[in-house]
Order: sequence, then structure tokens, then C-alpha cells
Amino acid sequence: MTPLVLTAFTAVNALGRGSAAVLEALTAARTGLKPCNFEQVSLETYVGEVAGLDDLRVCERLAEFDCRNNRLAELTLEQDGFAARIAQARVKYGARRVAVILGTSTSGILETERAYRRRDPLTGALPADFRFATTHNLYASTDFVRRYLGLEGPAAMISTACSSSAKVFASAWRLMTQGLCDAAVVGGVDSLCRNTLYGFASLDLVGREPCRPCDAQRGGISIGEAAGFALLERPEQAASHSGVALLGYGESSDAYHMSTPHPEGAGAALAMQRALTCAALPPAAIDYINMHGTASQVNDSMEDKAISTVFGTNTACSSTKGWTGHALGAAGITEAVISALCIRNGLMPGCLNTRSIDPGFTSKVLLTNQSAAVRRVLSNSFGFGGSNCSLIFGAHP
Amino acid sequence: MIELWIEGVGIYAPGLAGWERAAPVLAGRQPYAPGEPPKLAPALLPADVRRRTTEHIRLAVEVADEAVRQAQADAAALWSVFATSESDGAISHNICEEVAKDVPEVSPTRFHNSVTNAPAGYWCMAVQSQAPSTSLSGFDASFGVGLIEAGVQVGVERCSVLLVAHDAPFPEPLHSVRPISALFGAALVLAPARSARSLARIVVAIEPTLHALSRMADAGIDGLRTGNPAARILPLLAALARRESGELFLPYVHSQALRVTLEPV
Repeated sequence: MTPLVLTAFTAVNALGRGSAAVLEALTAARTGLKPCNFEQVSLETYVGEVAGLDDLRVCERLAEFDCRNNRLAELTLEQDGFAARIAQARVKYGARRVAVILGTSTSGILETERAYRRRDPLTGALPADFRFATTHNLYASTDFVRRYLGLEGPAAMISTACSSSAKVFASAWRLMTQGLCDAAVVGGVDSLCRNTLYGFASLDLVGREPCRPCDAQRGGISIGEAAGFALLERPEQAASHSGVALLGYGESSDAYHMSTPHPEGAGAALAMQRALTCAALPPAAIDYINMHGTASQVNDSMEDKAISTVFGTNTACSSTKGWTGHALGAAGITEAVISALCIRNGLMPGCLNTRSIDPGFTSKVLLTNQSAAVRRVLSNSFGFGGSNCSLIFGAHP
Repeated sequence: MIELWIEGVGIYAPGLAGWERAAPVLAGRQPYAPGEPPKLAPALLPADVRRRTTEHIRLAVEVADEAVRQAQADAAALWSVFATSESDGAISHNICEEVAKDVPEVSPTRFHNSVTNAPAGYWCMAVQSQAPSTSLSGFDASFGVGLIEAGVQVGVERCSVLLVAHDAPFPEPLHSVRPISALFGAALVLAPARSARSLARIVVAIEPTLHALSRMADAGIDGLRTGNPAARILPLLAALARRESGELFLPYVHSQALRVTLEPV
């Protein structure tokens, strides 16, 4: 495929606000995970919470969109000068030629959860101040972001569980290739809520300690919240860019089980192979793989097998969820931004919190951070329903 | 502008269960008689799997299966796009009710069925498809957003795509804040080139200026169109049923419209 450059990118997650904070925590091997005391949740677990969201409000002109998910989106748009770069793109291409394609799993459902705790005791009705369309609805954060940025191009909210904000890159590339837009804001936002904390706990997937991806003793996931955005442009049209380009994408379906991946990682391997084919690259061209690596027993095991199948046993790989937690629908963009930071800074992160790698694994899982030239990164995102997406990012001169 | 060839249609709604029954009604040759549609029991899902699914999931699988059978397509090879404004409203209600308790006990099956791509997951399992599948939302413009995603997949990837639009009413108390009037699902199989199975050629473009949206002639059917985001597809299905060339305007994001030019084969 024809590469697209990431003209700008940004992220907010448990590590902090903006690329510099994320990079600093990665380099210092400092986790963002903390014991869960979110929303009176009674589970013994760790979460990757974004500090300060309760004290924020979305901008006055979009006040009807105020909710945790959109606060996190707005906070993120204001990091790294991202919103200002979009303003330039809007002038350059026109508002109708810039797409907004985002991903989420639960949108602003936390607002509904809170409203359900305030139902009228007699009628069961929701409180009069509850706003549905601008908070809970799946499309709400796409609508918020495109209004905030003043964009009127093609828009969508992709919701394929934990691959949502990886698949946005594929959709945006296709829209630009078809000629329906000249640039695209891609990304995603997912915020903590009782639905996902108790839901993953019901499947025995939530760990009691900070998650330890690929560890022999891994005990489950740490749920996080995050947002991230990138501006995609054609290289010849970008006046300046981040030095990182999208080189390929691969999407696949497991067709195996709703909440358990294929044990041999067949769907995951297919997504990685398709990404390599799309980028016209051999496996050896990838320097580092940012794994989905949730620290659940089955995910990490099948992903190790899938990586070994496609890449053999010599490609460095790791999961950064020990830093950020699993940001679900925002995991794809969070790890896309981390991949870009790795390329720009010659960093291959280890698996934070992990003590000893599962002896059954055959891929080259990094335990500690390494400094090395990183020209190309493959980033994996796999979701419930068997939805897989692999992205390839590379240095772009 | 995107050129697509429709090869199969599926539909399920009150008074419009199945294309064979729906086409003469949508074409205006038979009166619209809404009423409870037959029970959703898609034959594609084995009984034990069907028991674990919800009405929302069965709705999507039912219309997908009908469209793919009509197109005589290789179901496993099709890419798929599932468009929904609200995902599974009954599950949202159930889980929000449960997590409102101090010590919630969420059902694990209900939780994994709560992801927006649950219908896609069941579809891919049923037909053993490892092809890419995307689930998405665009609020009241969800069908238009799905048509653009599916159309661009056909146009750029040169693959055939199954497009499913599906939404179901919320239970109370959510129904009062987001009223969806009735169950509605529809599916199209879209191909990049004309074939012996082509029913119509459509050309889809995002209209540059504000444009009035196409409506249904029958007030009852038009009520269905405005009452359920997935039913915004109805003017396209009516044109297909009438086998008439024409131009339609369907809702897209930011109050924009998609201009859909249809020519029957």
C-alpha cells in the first residue's frame, strides 16, 4: 500500500498527558497502574486511571457532551499541539475533506450507570438531567471530536471491542485511497466504567496485581482508560510530519469463540501476515512487535504462538500493558502512539512488572527496555468476537 | 463516488419479514400490514448457540443469511460491515441495572454478548469466515456510515462485502430517552463488478450541499424509517423492489446526505 504519514499524534493515559509524559514513563520503567478505587468498585485489582478527569468539564459550547469519555477526548486533543495542527489541516484541505474515524468499546456508558443509580424509585425513570445521545451513544465521542475540531468530513465510530482504534487506520487509509477525504483524524477513547470492570471480572480475566504480560505467573488483565489521536496525510501533501508512517494493516476474524481467542492464534497470525503483505515487507523487516499482550493466560499464549508462526523466534516483542493497563477500545491508538515513540527514540520496551517469561513461549519476549534502532514496528490488537488487527509503522524520512 | 453492484438483499421488520414478502409491499403493490413478525430463529445458528444469543444478534444473523443466500455468495469469503446506532440495548439495560447494585454479578455470557461486534462474531463463527469484519455506529446515520465503510472496502480492496444494518428498541427506562419504535434489520451483499447475480448497480456519493432526504410513500412504512436508524435504508430497498432507476438521498453524518443512484440490472 501507499504509506500515509502521521503528521501529528498524541495520547493521554495512566502514564500522563501527552507524548513526552508517556515516553518519560516508558523510559523510566514506571507503571501507571494503581489499586482500583474507581466509582466504589469492590474488586481487588489494579487500574490504569487517568488522573484529574473528575475535575474537568468539556468546553462550554459543547457542554451537552460532558462526560468522562469526552473529557478524556478533549484533554487529549489539547496535548502536543494536536488541535492546533488539525486547525491548520482544516484550512489547508477544507473541513469537509478531513475525516474523523475513531474507536471505542463502551463510549460514555458510565453516565448511564450513574443515572441508573438515580432512577425514580416510583416510576423507574432516569433523572431529567441525563443526556443519552451525547454521552452513552456509541457515536457520541466521534461527534464530540469532530465538532470540537470543526471538521465535516466522513466520520464513524468503529466498535470492535479491543481492536476498535487499530482498525481506524485501515478505514482511514481506504477513505483516502478512494478519494473521499484528503486527511484523517484517527484515534480512540475509552474510559473506565463499572460495566467493563465487573464484566471482565465475571469472565475471571481481571488480575489482582498489576498485570504481568507474558509472565509464567501472569494473573490477568489490568483495565485502563486512554485516548489517543493521529493525523494521517499523504506524504507529498504533508508540510512537516512526525517522522513516522503507516506502512500496512491486516484485519482478520477468528471465527472461533466470543471471548476466547483461537488457542493456536490462527486469526492473530492471519492479521499479522495480511499486514506484512499489505506493506509488501518480509517478516525480517520488522524490528519490534508491540504485542496485544493483555496478561490473560490465553491471549499471551496464543499470541506467542502466532508471532512464532509468522516471524520465527528472533523478532523482539513485548507488551506495554504493564505501563498503561488494557485500554480496551483505546488500546490500538495507545499502542500506535507508543510504536511511533519507539521508532522516533530508538526504544524497545520490555514487559514491565513481568518477572520471568512463560517457559512455554518461543518468541523473543523482552523483559527489560533496550536501546536500538527501530525502523519498523508491528502493533497487534485483538478483541472479543475474534476481531484482530495488526498495524505496521515505520520511520519516514 | 463509489460504484457497487447489489447481489443480495435481506430484511426483517414488522410486516416486512423476508425479501419475498417485503418486496411487493415496498414496491407499493401490496398494502403494508405491520404486526408482530415471526419469531427470529436463524437456521444458521445451531440451537445451543442460538440459546446464548439475544434478539439483536439473531436479527443481524437472520438478515445476513438471507442476503448471502440470495446472492449465492461464498459466505466465508465475504468481508462484513455491521452498522448499528445502539448495539444491544437490552444488554446495556441489563448490565447497567446489575452494576447499579453494590455487589454486582454480571453474567459472563451477557458481558461477551455486549460488545458491539457480537453479531459479527456469531456471524463469522456460523459461516467460518476469517475475513475482516467491522462493526460501527453513526447514530441516526449509522446505515449511511456503514454504506460508506462497506463501499470503500469494495472500491479499494476489490472484495465483496456483506453490509448489515440492525437496531432494536431499548427496554425502559432507556426507551424514553432513546426511542426506537420497532425492530429493524436489513442486509446487502455488495460486489465490485457486475455478475450474473447482480440485481442493481448503485453509485454512492457524499452530497456536497444540504439535501432533503428520500421518504417512503406509505405513512406506516415511513414511520418505520424514521423510527429506527437501520430502517433509513428503506428508500433504497423500495427502489430495488420497484426495479426503477432513480436517485435517492439517505442520511449521513453532520446532517449531510448520501446521494445513491440506482439502476436495476
